[in-house]
Amino acid sequence: MMKGSQQQWPLLVPPPRTPGKEELPIDIDSSIPVSSMSKPYSDSQIEMSGDFVRNPSSHSIQSKSSSTHSIKGVSFREGHDLNPVSYGSRGASLGSNPVRYGSRGASSGGFTSSYKEINDEDARLVYVNDPGRTNQQRFKFAGNSIRTSKYSILTFLPRNLFEQFHRIAYIYFLVIAILNQLPQLAVFGREASILPLAMVLFVTAVKDAYEDYRRHRSDRIENNRLASVLVNGEYEDKKWKDICVGEVIKVSGNQTLPCDMVLLSTSDATGVAYVQTTNLDGESNLKTRYAKQETQMRTPVVGNIGGLLIKCEKPNRNIYGFQANMEIDGKRISLGPSNIILRGCELKNTDWVVGVAVYAGKETKAMLNNAGAPSKRSRLEKRMNKEIIILSIFLVALCTVVSICHGAWLRRHREELYLMQFYRKYDYSEPEVKKYEYYGWGMEIFFVFLMSVIVFQVMIPISLYISVELVRIGQAYFMIRDDRMFDKSTNSRFQCRALNINEDLGQIKYVFSDKTGTLTENKMEFQCASVGGVDYDNGKDISTEDWQTGYSVQVDGMVLRPKMTVKLDQDLLNLSKMEHTNEGKHVYDFLVALAACNTIVPLTVETSDPAIKLIEYQGESPDEQALAYAAASYGFMLVERSSGHIVIDIQGKRQRFNVLGLHEFDSDRKRMSVIVGCPDQTVKVFVKGADTTMFKVIDKSLNLNMVNATESHLHSYSSKGLRTLVIGMRELSTSEFEQWQSSYESASTALMGRAKLLRKVANNVENNLKLLGASGIEDKLQQGVPEAIESLRTAGIKVWVLTGDKQETAISIGYSSKLLTSKMTQIVINNNSKDSCRKNLDDALQLYKKLSNVSHSNDGGHGAGTNQLALIIDGTSLVYILETELEEKLFELASKCTAVLCCRVAPLQKAGIVALIKNRTDDMTLAIGDGANDVSMIQKADVGIGISGQEGRQAVMASDFSMVIYTSLPTIVVGILDKDLGRGTLLQYPQLYGAGQRGESYNGKLFWVTILDTMWQSVAAFFIPLAAYWDSTVGVSALGDLWILAVVILVNIHLAMDVIRWYTITHIAIWGSILATFICVMIIDALPFLPGYWAFFMIAKTKLFWVCLLGIVVAGMVPRFVVKVFVQHCKPNDIHIAREAEKFGNLRETNAETEMNPISDLPRSTATATT
Amino acid sequence: MNSGTPSSSAAGAGSADSTAPRRNSKRPKYSRFTQQELPACKPILTPKWVIGTFLLVSVIFIPIGVVSLFASRDVVEIVDRYETDCIPEALRNDKVGFIQSNQNKTCQRTLRVPKNMKQPIYVYYQLDNFYQNHRRYVKSRSDQQLRNNGSLQDTSPCKPEDNTASGPIVPCGLIAWSLFNDTYGFTRNNQQLNVNKRDISWKSDREHKFGKNVFPRNFQNGTLKGGATLKPDVPLSEQEDLIVWMRTAALPTFRKLYGKIEVDLQRDDVINVTLENNYNTYSFSGKKKLVLSTTSWLGGKNDFVGIAYLTVGGLCFFLALVFLLIYLIKPRQLGDPSYLSWNRNPSGH
Repeated sequence: MMKGSQQQWPLLVPPPRTPGKEELPIDIDSSIPVSSMSKPYSDSQIEMSGDFVRNPSSHSIQSKSSSTHSIKGVSFREGHDLNPVSYGSRGASLGSNPVRYGSRGASSGGFTSSYKEINDEDARLVYVNDPGRTNQQRFKFAGNSIRTSKYSILTFLPRNLFEQFHRIAYIYFLVIAILNQLPQLAVFGREASILPLAMVLFVTAVKDAYEDYRRHRSDRIENNRLASVLVNGEYEDKKWKDICVGEVIKVSGNQTLPCDMVLLSTSDATGVAYVQTTNLDGESNLKTRYAKQETQMRTPVVGNIGGLLIKCEKPNRNIYGFQANMEIDGKRISLGPSNIILRGCELKNTDWVVGVAVYAGKETKAMLNNAGAPSKRSRLEKRMNKEIIILSIFLVALCTVVSICHGAWLRRHREELYLMQFYRKYDYSEPEVKKYEYYGWGMEIFFVFLMSVIVFQVMIPISLYISVELVRIGQAYFMIRDDRMFDKSTNSRFQCRALNINEDLGQIKYVFSDKTGTLTENKMEFQCASVGGVDYDNGKDISTEDWQTGYSVQVDGMVLRPKMTVKLDQDLLNLSKMEHTNEGKHVYDFLVALAACNTIVPLTVETSDPAIKLIEYQGESPDEQALAYAAASYGFMLVERSSGHIVIDIQGKRQRFNVLGLHEFDSDRKRMSVIVGCPDQTVKVFVKGADTTMFKVIDKSLNLNMVNATESHLHSYSSKGLRTLVIGMRELSTSEFEQWQSSYESASTALMGRAKLLRKVANNVENNLKLLGASGIEDKLQQGVPEAIESLRTAGIKVWVLTGDKQETAISIGYSSKLLTSKMTQIVINNNSKDSCRKNLDDALQLYKKLSNVSHSNDGGHGAGTNQLALIIDGTSLVYILETELEEKLFELASKCTAVLCCRVAPLQKAGIVALIKNRTDDMTLAIGDGANDVSMIQKADVGIGISGQEGRQAVMASDFSMVIYTSLPTIVVGILDKDLGRGTLLQYPQLYGAGQRGESYNGKLFWVTILDTMWQSVAAFFIPLAAYWDSTVGVSALGDLWILAVVILVNIHLAMDVIRWYTITHIAIWGSILATFICVMIIDALPFLPGYWAFFMIAKTKLFWVCLLGIVVAGMVPRFVVKVFVQHCKPNDIHIAREAEKFGNLRETNAETEMNPISDLPRSTATATT
Repeated sequence: MNSGTPSSSAAGAGSADSTAPRRNSKRPKYSRFTQQELPACKPILTPKWVIGTFLLVSVIFIPIGVVSLFASRDVVEIVDRYETDCIPEALRNDKVGFIQSNQNKTCQRTLRVPKNMKQPIYVYYQLDNFYQNHRRYVKSRSDQQLRNNGSLQDTSPCKPEDNTASGPIVPCGLIAWSLFNDTYGFTRNNQQLNVNKRDISWKSDREHKFGKNVFPRNFQNGTLKGGATLKPDVPLSEQEDLIVWMRTAALPTFRKLYGKIEVDLQRDDVINVTLENNYNTYSFSGKKKLVLSTTSWLGGKNDFVGIAYLTVGGLCFFLALVFLLIYLIKPRQLGDPSYLSWNRNPSGH
């Protein structure tokens, strides 16, 4: 339908929500695919637009009904001018200001206009360089020492035991063990019953203690790190834990920040500092932060720093938001998120910064985002807990019946008890006749109750817990050893960090995924370029090992190379060296534009070879990085950037370009430009941007053919799924430059509406451009991602992508990963007020209803496939939605959507979104992510996949072995080895996954059916021998032997009936278990000091014994077999069918190996399930 | 990031593995076991198998049932309940008083043989409502003491029948104390019928469980007299009535072997039994029966096994027919993908 135009969103620099923009249009722009002849929305565009901030009433739904109702395959906007998303904008944004020219950036200007007064009540006052006064306020601010450990020496024992006894099984074991300690009740040996529990508790405690010791140690190291703090006018080293709010701290390059601080000044004259926030949000690129010009100028004079008052909001978790203002010389300056650097960030590419601590210790945003790791319980375990409670009720009922009967019996025989041969109430052996083991009525009944608890405790399958855990260990073993989950490139295996959630992997309904590093490789790759109307698309991949072919420059005896190489097109490479031909000139300009028109910061990185250094480009936009690397590979290497100029090494010659001005990307213009003073004394403006807006400002009259050629190239790039950018240039005459310069100066110093003014200036200079060319960049998806997402969707799993990325990037990845398809109707929500959020949600829900009505009335039963919804929502809107009453609406909407994209979300919001689903449904959720920013979400979800989580319970598990009896072995073996279907079949039909989501193999109904079945089995096992041996000479031991053997055989045959794949091991386990029971019985009955001596051998000689055994097994199994066969034939589920098909070859039985290949590398090898 | 580059950039910090030096590959070693590719048998319950299984069960069970039933019918059993009849009518309102008194408890019973009985004819006593499996009772014995002369003092589990003033009781405990003490004598046509009381217990018990050098001591010397007394000069291994009694019965209605009559009995023979009615079952309303029975390959007279087998066999035959009908009336091609839920008509529901 749209010929890949969905990939066409040219994305450039981060979409700055230009602060202070006068108009904040928010559109819900939806497209309905047209598949029906009679659809009223055949033009398929429903547009919701409105200015929610200023003019909420203008919000409306317009449905453009086209006059023709029968356009098939029409696209909802012509050509590649496809724009299903519109941008909302708001005041707060992070890093919207990639490079700042001059002293005042647009961002601060933006904040001024949309400045919000911080309520004094809610404010935290920080007196700069006056920690004493700062901390003398009503509320004590937290110190900077942190604590992640759980226990102290004193609290360890009680707390650890308390936590351990959260497991119901342990409490149960404890109760049984205590009961066994009472002499009146001792059914089993006393020590024997307490030992296993004590053992398990001890091993777990040791493991926990060790883990906590390690946490203590890392806390101590962290707290004792040194930072340079201004004390009495001089910088002194101070331990991190001693830092207080209000202190002025100096941090040098590559150091980690000890607390959240507002920047006062930096080593850069313009007040720029670069930080890496990997520890916070997982993004590895550099972010720019600014010191206010007012403080930047003061700080070098150290003594002058005091007297500032910062009023900021209370500590919160939002790492992308900060609101404060600073009083300086009676003036108030507002501070935003770009003025604060957070604990855990690393200072990069900046010699030093000086800042004032505003949040310390546990109040820092990093620590607030560090939610504790909750332990995970699998759904199976939860259900098991529930059912065990039911069984316990049974048990109690049974024991009550027993004790009541006992009471009645005692009462009936109260006169006879003292004499009765088999009871004997009195002990006559002593001279004085005493009661023998008789404690009176009430106690007798009570003791019988407790005794029957001990006797019937087997009803509660407590060993099931242990069996299940052992099964998980086995499953984890196979997962870890799976060759298909091995990642060659990182040489790492799958790791299973939490054993208690394995089985949930089969019931996932929602997958929450991080984008960067999970869906994508976080690698933009320059693929091809169209320069001067010629398509250079024949790039050869230069392998990184092949260093000689890559471009490098010689500087001071050092060889500099770009860290990443791109595919080089030989023709383009040759042209780039011929500066003097006409074509060469064009290519020269193009490559200079790539190298100069960006906000990239070059860093040099050491390599193992001291003579070789790598140039690494850091910037907020991966697209720009890719372009800069591309330019470098063609010999236009950006080697240096300072505030006023850049140095580009062009074919070995270092040339200095003065950066005179920069117009940032904004969502209206969708382009950015730099005004550069070139070495040849000309002033040029380089512009790059989205094709949609670039072609409007290009002077087509210059070379119409070239423009057309470029347009067709662009079309082909975007249909290949590349992200395209158009690059243009104009040389400014002196008068033009001066005119621009004066208006630029005045705009950037304006106090009100600065952003709007700057945009106007930009629009004035960005016109009549000469088209240089276009580039195609691939945002490399991880291998197999589209296939995987496709499979997930067929499997009925809803995929949500949560990313800190910009909306555009997210959407374009959504398309390339097939998360979003052209068939989907997109609902975009980005707002900055609660009311507008509510309105948007309501509208979206109405839209959904409308759509579903439409499809229902027109498409009959096939509507479900066509009106798929995709929800795109951003972090700021989520701020107003999560944890408010709007959550309900969001959930309602989101649960109707096939795909959900959340952009610009903070780590804790990710967890909030997961909680949104988890708290409202029983559906299983899985979160996958790679960075520290995903931790909270990973911990929240039922199943977490990622790198995190230290809690391994292997040690406990190992100790639990001691409690398992051999009869569980077959169950465990089957649990580990059995598979219902082969991987080939499962991959062919992802829908089969639905069985797990619907809980077909284990649910409440099945539980009760199984209970009934087992009741019948126990009836058969008990009453058949009872009736057969009535009136006979059979002894206790002999009949006991028959019963135990019957039960073991029944249990194993029962299990065998459920086995799907019989491996040799399965045979050994099941039949071996029966055999082992026989052998055990024989051994026990061969011990002369036990009462049952030789009983088995005597009874085994009789034929009645074997006849009974056979009878029990068959009679016990018949109902189960009948039901099983009946269900399989008459109400087969998908698994049944697929299994039959697998066996009888009705499915195209393709080779599983070849089928696996495309996805074989899919699971990220670094993935680890976490608790 | 770029794994080929020797220097790892900060950008790759997300993955801890990338910084680790590459030593040897962590690739899991391939084996069919670890890759879960072991050969497996995947049985499917096809109609053939289902009907075959049911038929097989019925084919095995019905004959066994018939044979068992015949065997049970072949067993000749004479049961005589005597606990009430052996109390003089005048004393029947105080049975416990009678049994505890020192009156003469000899009692004459007459049995008529209904069918020819081939030797050996087993003589049992049968007790009803006697819970030899009671928890307190079962534990009240010392297997050590029974086996081993040196373990006389090992009476701890035997309370309250563990010690007397003159030392430990051998055999101690409630089981031994309550040893059955009715005796039977049989005459046919005024000729004594010999009851062989040897080898009525398990050989294994005589040889390994009851010591050849363990003799009864202080037995039934306590204040409360239980059941039978034992000859003090006969070792426990030869006290076969005790050995039989000590094999506690599993069920509250049980028989214990008293002896064997090793001559054939003819139909309509009249057997006179002289019995000593000593054992007190009256305090717990227990019944006492004297049983003469032959045996079959399946044991005593019990129709249950035969009936149960015939029932199960018949049921399975019936089920085989039912499933045959189901398969004929509503056939389903195995593994037909059109039965998959997503292939069925979605508008169907």
